[in-house]
Amino acid sequence: MEGYSRKDVGCPQLLDLIPKEKEWLVKSAEETNYGLSEEKKLELRLGPPGGDWTFKQICGPTNESLLSFGFFPNTTAGATTTAPWQHQTKASFFPLMEKESCRIVELQGAEKKAFSPANTAVPNSSSAQKRTAPAPVVGWPPIRSFRKNLANGNSSKLSPESQKDFSKKPIENCPKNKFVKINMDGVPIGRKVDLKAFHSYEKLSSAVDELFRGLLAAQGDSSTNGIKKEVEGEKVISGLLDGSGEYTLVYEDNEGDRMLVGDVPWDMFVSTVKRLRVLKSSELPMLFCGSKPGKLSLDRSI
Amino acid sequence: MQTDPNPKKSKDSPSNSDSTESTQSASPFPDDVLGKVLSFLNSDKDRSSVSLVCKDWYNAERWTRTKLFIGNCYSVSPEIVATRFPKITSVTLKGKPRFSDFNLVPQNWGADVHYWLVMFAKVYPFLEELRLKRMTVSDESLEILATAFPGFRALSLMSCDGFSTDGLKSVATHCRNLTELDIQDTDIDDFNGGWLSCFPENFGSLEVLNFASLDSEVNFDALERLVSRCKSLRVLKVNKSITLDQLQRLLLRAPQLMELGTGSFQQELLPGQFGDLESAFSNCKNLRTLSGLWEVTSVYLPVLYAACTSLTFLNLSYAALRSVEFGNLIAYCPNLRRLWVLDTVEDKGLEAVGSSCPLLEELRVFPADPFDQQLHRGVTELGFVAVSRGCSKLHYVLYFCWQMTNAAVATIVQNCPNFTHFRLCIMNPGRPDYLTNEPMDEAFGAVVKTCTKLQRLSVSGLLTDLTFEYIGKHAKNLETLSVAFAGSSDLGMQCVLEGCPKLRKLEIRDCPFGNAALLSGLEKYEKMRSLWMSSCNVTITACQQLAREMPRLNVEVMKDKESDDSQADKVYVYRSVAGPRRDAPPFVLTL
Repeated sequence: MEGYSRKDVGCPQLLDLIPKEKEWLVKSAEETNYGLSEEKKLELRLGPPGGDWTFKQICGPTNESLLSFGFFPNTTAGATTTAPWQHQTKASFFPLMEKESCRIVELQGAEKKAFSPANTAVPNSSSAQKRTAPAPVVGWPPIRSFRKNLANGNSSKLSPESQKDFSKKPIENCPKNKFVKINMDGVPIGRKVDLKAFHSYEKLSSAVDELFRGLLAAQGDSSTNGIKKEVEGEKVISGLLDGSGEYTLVYEDNEGDRMLVGDVPWDMFVSTVKRLRVLKSSELPMLFCGSKPGKLSLDRSI
Repeated sequence: MQTDPNPKKSKDSPSNSDSTESTQSASPFPDDVLGKVLSFLNSDKDRSSVSLVCKDWYNAERWTRTKLFIGNCYSVSPEIVATRFPKITSVTLKGKPRFSDFNLVPQNWGADVHYWLVMFAKVYPFLEELRLKRMTVSDESLEILATAFPGFRALSLMSCDGFSTDGLKSVATHCRNLTELDIQDTDIDDFNGGWLSCFPENFGSLEVLNFASLDSEVNFDALERLVSRCKSLRVLKVNKSITLDQLQRLLLRAPQLMELGTGSFQQELLPGQFGDLESAFSNCKNLRTLSGLWEVTSVYLPVLYAACTSLTFLNLSYAALRSVEFGNLIAYCPNLRRLWVLDTVEDKGLEAVGSSCPLLEELRVFPADPFDQQLHRGVTELGFVAVSRGCSKLHYVLYFCWQMTNAAVATIVQNCPNFTHFRLCIMNPGRPDYLTNEPMDEAFGAVVKTCTKLQRLSVSGLLTDLTFEYIGKHAKNLETLSVAFAGSSDLGMQCVLEGCPKLRKLEIRDCPFGNAALLSGLEKYEKMRSLWMSSCNVTITACQQLAREMPRLNVEVMKDKESDDSQADKVYVYRSVAGPRRDAPPFVLTL
């Protein structure tokens, strides 16, 4: 196998491509004689030259491998290619991942091989990378994922989960956000909420209250029946979940059905909900007529 | 694990005229006496030796063994284990190769505990403890665990994956006698913290609870009540969702704690709260270990001072402290034996360690920003030297840095000749001594020559075969060796294989070792637990030859897509009495 260019023990060929002050220090001219195998790295492909993308195949024996990549930082700090040390025949660069910058890419079929330094990598433009040096090699330095990026207080939102690189799971299966639209009767402008930020129906309910309380009050002022809310200020929107309030929270699930919020465990709800609506409780009987039987619990008091 | 030995008579067994047992046996001890004596043996090594003495001793040993340790889950099968050992109550199982921690092993590689648990449910209904490391554990497996073993007490999962908080719900709900739930460094689906609320209201037997690596918020009231009920709780490591004032309330409930992992330290505290927290900490008279401390800032460090005097293990590896505030803190910790820090403390911080912690035995310095190739902050060789000067008892070090010199390492081992674990990671691969530009061979030469007790070594920097000649020649107690981006030729690996009699685990990546090197270790590999070689110079043909000549080794190869058909990109070789594994995924070629 070619590429190991250090042939004599006695005189180590030093190649220090770690940029200092953004300069590439190339100590030995010999190291810049890259052979044919290096040309491969210069092939035009999606992604910077030399970027061998190594990743994990997550979905078993299918033709598609779902991956997430981060932005591959610019490597054009002066070097022609990007092998920082002569032991490597291929630079298997490993783009450092931040969860929020992930995207799914499809690879050529890699049924038998889990590790494929992909040459069809699509760099994600919504980069979370701040580095301009060549990305590190996969698995180097040997730090476990949960230890990455503990640099300073900005890491407050970095849980071990968010520090995991693409190798763990495709973003599709465990997104960190789930934004759904939420509209309220009587309020022409809708909002969007990130359901992943709540862990319970109660929290969702109070968030809805916060989101729409002001908007609803503003609507009331401009309504024609002259009900003025200025004296009372904004009214709290409560009883969204048990039918006791003026409004009730319903949702549209992934089958297109309208459902009352609160029947199923929270996690199940988050995985099936597509959009939310805040309806006037007095209008609920109308929904009963239009919906499929069994979809709404009829024992809800209105 | 030993296979059936040839029955031999022991030449050393003392004669005993009271022997009354089977006429075929030369053992002078009645079985029950022998059994009683052997039941005192705890060490696996001793038990292995005992089992080789003769058939009677083999049998007595197998009937009295209660703790099972399997360092490589594929070295033996559940059936073999179940047949040989009928009375197991505690199992430790390790799975994937260590490099899987650094994403070098694809998902779904294996090491699934499921089939083991199914077997245990059949043959070990009295199982009490299960400790897993780098295994895949599904929720179904946890369900089995929770329901099939009525006396189950201790579950420890380190670097495991494959399960979710639903699995934890099963454990919390069903394990009535649980004393230990210890989840470390795991990669799981954390749906929500509801699992903690599944402990029954009358459940109070926990002694160890560690959920620091989970993310979701747990129900604090449930946690507080649980902690109050568990009077024997000595280890509590909470996750980041627990705030400071919540922590204070927990400490009030459990002042007897010996090990504490705090939650997030980032919270606006009112002056009264600060004082409450301070006194809560000072009330914990038994605190020996402290960890967590996410986002701790200098403002809140003083609440810890009172608890620091008795600390023997301080884990600050999630707290990015600067040298001054760290120095102030460490001055309060004169009894530290183990210290883990981030390199944000810099050399100055390490100097403070050298002057404050004379009893220090273990130091781990982790990089806060391991991929920051521009700035290269953190610690240097000076910090390491400073610690070695002040801490002569130092014997375990894990040190991540960007620069090192041969001279510094030589000084370090002169100051601390008792290293048993020396793991130096110079983070840019192939970096020479930055002052002399020479390879780092002499550094590791000094280590192996001086530290005769060395068991574990990780090398880095620019290294030629000379390093490995030194290792082969001097590291006679070496058991684990990790090599990356080092060496010049096959000779390097050959020196190690020929020279280190106690070598058990050899893991190599990105080195110019090829077929000759691989094949020079034929008989050696049977004496070892495993060999890992990735991105080296090895071909499939050579691996096939190895597999052919050594049938009791499993030779597994994983290929990178882009490489030559003949290249064996990742090779994992391990001894096994169970034959090739039956659960290998398609991307693992078993030769």
